[in-house]
Amino acid sequence: MAGKVKWVTDIEKSVLINNFEKRGWIQVTENEDWNFYWMSVQTIRNVFSVETGYRLSDDQIVNHFPNHYELTRKDLMVKNIKRYRKELEKEGSPLAEKDENGKYLYLDFVPVTYMLPADYNLFVEEFRKSPSSTWIMKPCGKAQGKGIFLINKLSQIKKWSRDSKTSSFVTQSTKEAYVISLYINNPLLIGGRKFDLRLYVLVSTYRPLRCYMYKLGFCRFCTVKYTPSTSELDNMFVHLTNVAIQKHGEDYNHIHGGKWTVSNLRLYLESTRGKEVTGKLFDEIHWIIVQSLKAVAVSAWRGAELGWGLGRGSFGEVVGPASSWVLPRACQVNASPSLTSSTANDRILKYNLINDTLNIAVPNGEIPDCKWNKSPPKEVLGNYEILYDEELAQGDGADLRSRQGQSLGPKGGRSRDSGRTVLTTWK
Amino acid sequence: MRKAQGSWEKRILKSLNSMCTELSIPLARKRPVGEQKELLNKWNEMGTDEPDLSLFRPVYAPKDFLEVLINLRNPNYENGDSLSFRTHLGLIQVPLKVKDIPELKEFFVELGLTTGQLGIDDSTQVPPELFENEHVRIGQKVLAEQDGAAAQQYIRQGSPTALRADLWALILNISSQPEDILYYEQLKTNVIQHDLLVDSLIYKDVKLTASNDDYYFVFEDYLYQVLLCFSRDTSVLGHFAYNSASPPKSYIRGKLGLEEYAVFYPPNGVIPFHGFSMYVAPLCFLYHEPSKLYQIFREMYVRFFFRLHSISSHPSGIVSLCLLFETLLQTYLPQLFYHLREIGAQPLRISFKWMVRAFSGYLATDQLLLLWDRILGYNSLEILAVLAAAVFAFRAVNLMEVTSLAAAEAVLADLSTLKVMPLLQIFLFATVT
Repeated sequence: MAGKVKWVTDIEKSVLINNFEKRGWIQVTENEDWNFYWMSVQTIRNVFSVETGYRLSDDQIVNHFPNHYELTRKDLMVKNIKRYRKELEKEGSPLAEKDENGKYLYLDFVPVTYMLPADYNLFVEEFRKSPSSTWIMKPCGKAQGKGIFLINKLSQIKKWSRDSKTSSFVTQSTKEAYVISLYINNPLLIGGRKFDLRLYVLVSTYRPLRCYMYKLGFCRFCTVKYTPSTSELDNMFVHLTNVAIQKHGEDYNHIHGGKWTVSNLRLYLESTRGKEVTGKLFDEIHWIIVQSLKAVAVSAWRGAELGWGLGRGSFGEVVGPASSWVLPRACQVNASPSLTSSTANDRILKYNLINDTLNIAVPNGEIPDCKWNKSPPKEVLGNYEILYDEELAQGDGADLRSRQGQSLGPKGGRSRDSGRTVLTTWK
Repeated sequence: MRKAQGSWEKRILKSLNSMCTELSIPLARKRPVGEQKELLNKWNEMGTDEPDLSLFRPVYAPKDFLEVLINLRNPNYENGDSLSFRTHLGLIQVPLKVKDIPELKEFFVELGLTTGQLGIDDSTQVPPELFENEHVRIGQKVLAEQDGAAAQQYIRQGSPTALRADLWALILNISSQPEDILYYEQLKTNVIQHDLLVDSLIYKDVKLTASNDDYYFVFEDYLYQVLLCFSRDTSVLGHFAYNSASPPKSYIRGKLGLEEYAVFYPPNGVIPFHGFSMYVAPLCFLYHEPSKLYQIFREMYVRFFFRLHSISSHPSGIVSLCLLFETLLQTYLPQLFYHLREIGAQPLRISFKWMVRAFSGYLATDQLLLLWDRILGYNSLEILAVLAAAVFAFRAVNLMEVTSLAAAEAVLADLSTLKVMPLLQIFLFATVT
């Protein structure tokens, strides 16, 4: 029986530490010999920066892929997805099929987005096409809803104009990078309120892509009724669902924290809109996650050793006025799950999340070995479900009843969810 | 029974009147125009900016009602002086006829082990071809043919989530006609124009219960929209024809006792108690259009829920349910029953609140809806008592080890993980008696 796993972390959170301790793992410092390092995003950046050139040894695991920011920085995520789409188009892949208006049929899951200040002029062109639209400005490097605001007039973002007279060469380079996206102003409302979905995804390898989705995601509701009225554009309690923001609202409730489980959402949608709409929504969500991961698989893999990433994604939602479909839109991916708990249920959820994650990442509590590459057995998954396993998908092409994603055949179409809480069965 | 109900009503009304006097708030008043406009604007978000409710308290809570029921005695009934093992050792001392397990098995025959059920046979381990697919197909057919009687029979095996809203509407005979929508709008106008004291009670109740509930907090505003209108709906008075209760009466100021000046108060004759809003909350998962939600709730109330807080001898009345629960426990789990009684934890004291609320707020919503499917299917509330007994049976091992009422409460505090249908099936059909 091998020795106990030695762990380090620079995040002092009980949901983490309790999980390490209950496995009888040994805490060490980062200068000693360690097997498992749960790093904060800052540390990953430092440890794996080009200058330090740190290489993981065969028996070490970290909790982030070094290039995770390709997916988790808002601007890079969009860049990677746009690049991925173009690549697929060039290859003639059926996934990149477009409709008669030039919109991607299967890959249109990120709202129209531009980088500022780089794409300022392109943005202005787009803005002028529909001047009554609302756009959302998000700083690339911040989290928890900080620095986000909505605009509906060009004058509100004059600062980012490339030839703004107030800029000099010096300040131009230090001007903070933002992404600006078309704001989804007809979100699906429940109880009159806007909400988003927080889902947890664990990626154990990018090449081949193997990822898991946690079954127990949740929805975060705003405490205030949604209104697209322009007079409320700067009321963040209406528009932003981040708990960090909502908890300062007058009506924030500490018992439930404005959160719903994904299974509540499913029950509500199935009851009020039917099984097909609901199945399609969840199908689409899984599809989006897998495609986003594939989009960064090239860049993220560069230099990654035996790492794995546990991130969480936010989805905003759209409901088309004419149809009754509910469509998800990917808004962002966060490198690490928030480990703070806002309610008692929260704490339990996160504790179990980390527990299941560790069971998959470090199976049997054995010292990691980078040569080990098998898929974990089903019993170990806990509340995770396999979202996509590229190896299995390619081997299993003929098995239509497989619950995992499959390699895309010549038609490139996707079949509807069979109606249960199973993941997509794409033909 | 009627006498007891009558004196209970007097007490409630007295409590309401004294609150009214203490707080110097009239039972009803017309709103000034400015206030009316404001309320109209706020109609969709009454949950925010609530009035100061700190001085209000619920008129009564289920446990007050339980005390009344415990003290019910039939003066004509002669039990004999000696205690025999037939003596009922529970809290309810009224000798009503309740079903025993063989009778329940017959009554609930579709819940048997050999019949497919939603809530059991649709779990992910069971291939859908075995039961679920066919069941869904039949449900769709029933809906297509708008056959209410078939729907009621069908729903005994549970309703598929996607069909439930329509099936319930069919069974309850609700179709949203223009006149129904108009009627609801009329009620809404009444709410805007007049303020009732019970409105504050409703606010308080929602804030105390649904707003803090993990499942239902999202629908807080719908609850106001339904319940405020409900209080003003005089058509609800119709159900008093078959209810042992009578609507409370109030008199125009200064004309106490003069029948010509009597009005029913509140207009619908129903004074809400603590937890009342939980009757509406689960329905919000099914209906998001306010007038339809309203109609469904109203019908559920006048068919079923009213029986849970009025004193009568009806088999679905709360008294019978309590007695059924206690009898089941005493007969089939005697050790557990005696033990709990010994430590001062009469089981009914714990299960009463579940039954009064039809388990709303205690079970996970998907389970609750499966339970309410069967209430509609069997047109009876007896299943609430059976489930309560089944829960005790399920947790019997832990309950045998407790030594106080508080500890027993703790064992039974969290029902949110329970799966209703397996519990019922095992208790009725698979327990060796």
